[in-house]
Amino acid sequence: MALDKSEVLAGLTEIIVDETGLPAESVAPGKSFVDDLDVDSLSMMTIVTLAEDKFSVRIPDEAVKDLTTVGEAVEYIVAAEAPH
Amino acid sequence: MRGSTPPTPARAQILAIDGVRGGRLVPNDDLIGPIDSSDEWIRQRTGIITRARARADQSVIDLAADASVRVLARANLAATDIDAIILATVTHFFQTPSAAAILAERIGARGAAAWDISAACAGYCYGIGHADALVRAGAARHVLVVGAEKLSDFIDPTDRTISYLLGDGAGAAIVGVGATQGIGPTVWGTDGSRAGLVGQTRGWREPGAAPPTLTQEGPSVYRWAVTAIPKLARQAVAAAGIDLADLGAFIPHQANLRIVDQFVKALKLPDHVVVARDIVETGNTSAASVPLATERLLREGTVPGGALALSVGFGAGLAYAAQVTRLPGGEQ
Ligand SMILES: CC(C)(COP(=O)(O)OP(=O)(O)OC[C@H]1O[C@@H](n2cnc3c(N)ncnc32)[C@H](O)[C@@H]1OP(=O)(O)O)[C@@H](O)C(=O)NCCC(=O)NCCS
Repeated sequence: MALDKSEVLAGLTEIIVDETGLPAESVAPGKSFVDDLDVDSLSMMTIVTLAEDKFSVRIPDEAVKDLTTVGEAVEYIVAAEAPH
Repeated sequence: MRGSTPPTPARAQILAIDGVRGGRLVPNDDLIGPIDSSDEWIRQRTGIITRARARADQSVIDLAADASVRVLARANLAATDIDAIILATVTHFFQTPSAAAILAERIGARGAAAWDISAACAGYCYGIGHADALVRAGAARHVLVVGAEKLSDFIDPTDRTISYLLGDGAGAAIVGVGATQGIGPTVWGTDGSRAGLVGQTRGWREPGAAPPTLTQEGPSVYRWAVTAIPKLARQAVAAAGIDLADLGAFIPHQANLRIVDQFVKALKLPDHVVVARDIVETGNTSAASVPLATERLLREGTVPGGALALSVGFGAGLAYAAQVTRLPGGEQ
């Protein structure tokens, strides 16, 4: 069953807010993790790991570097396969 | 077999813990040149301000011997009281003879069974697991468990994946027979599918090549640690029959302060549980990190003797181990 984009955005926003302490309003699809949300590479790994659990998808280490914006992460999760 | 009726199972406790750090605290600024880094980057990503480094003329066995002598004195035991020595290290330059056999002789414990174990940063927790089993089975009354590393011997100063994280030191514990069981079940394992994530640059026998140094794929190890280790920690606490709230201290391997903080968050660790953060001054000392972090908590009095501590080791292998122990001192 495909995940719903707006649900994924809401869920991912929760994870980002919890990790960064930023208000939910500052998280939007166009925002860059590094430049706008001050998410460094380690925080990014944590966010991705929590997202895997939350949405039951697999996001391999190699894919993480290409996820620059929140929107790209949402797209990736929606399209991602469930873990085996 | 006649005469081999197993004795009534004994109860095992940690009787004493002590340790030594390399004598020089090296600041970030001394290391950043060859890795194009900065004091700020290292502090922000790892929490490390200094790491302890041993003198050039000190060997990993020297460090292990210093820690062993101290822990014997603290336990009020003679070296001849030790039946077995388990030395966890990845920085002894010889496959054979073992560092443990030489350590036994050095501290005056000739005749003790002695062997090395290779479980990297999980080595000390593995050793406590072995010692607990030996004492409870009646195979030894006093086991000296040492985690000792001179990681600075295995550093390439131009390697920016791990070199700046590492320190030197040795921590030692004596596991012996006690009135009550003071060591919970060791929950442990390995994941060899990820053996390539942390280790040496090469084996010892590559013709013409320089000796190996240490290297890692940091981001992948970070992700594995923050995913797998909180689960392992919960299993060890459940196996001990207690709740996280019963702990006095949480003593994870000191790999990175960010990892320690992530564990605390993932476990929703109650505020009263004291968290070891020795890495800030000592750096990552692999097998020595858990006993050294424990030694600091006890020395500084942040945790009372007799409190329950959750220790967790994880690293190259990937190998991991966790157990709840009652800290030495106080009510046993
Ligand atoms: C080692 C560790 C601190 C590296 O941090 P990281 O943020 O994951 O590092 P990355 O490799 O993702 O690099 C992130 C950025 O920092 C830079 N960088 C990497 N190492 C650096 C260093 N030593 N100094 C300065 N910059 C560095 C990278 O070039 C990269 O820059 P870019 O974003 O401009 O490309 C971290 O991965 C870690 O602690 N991993 C777990 C280690 C562990 O537990 N090991 C267990 C064995 S004991």
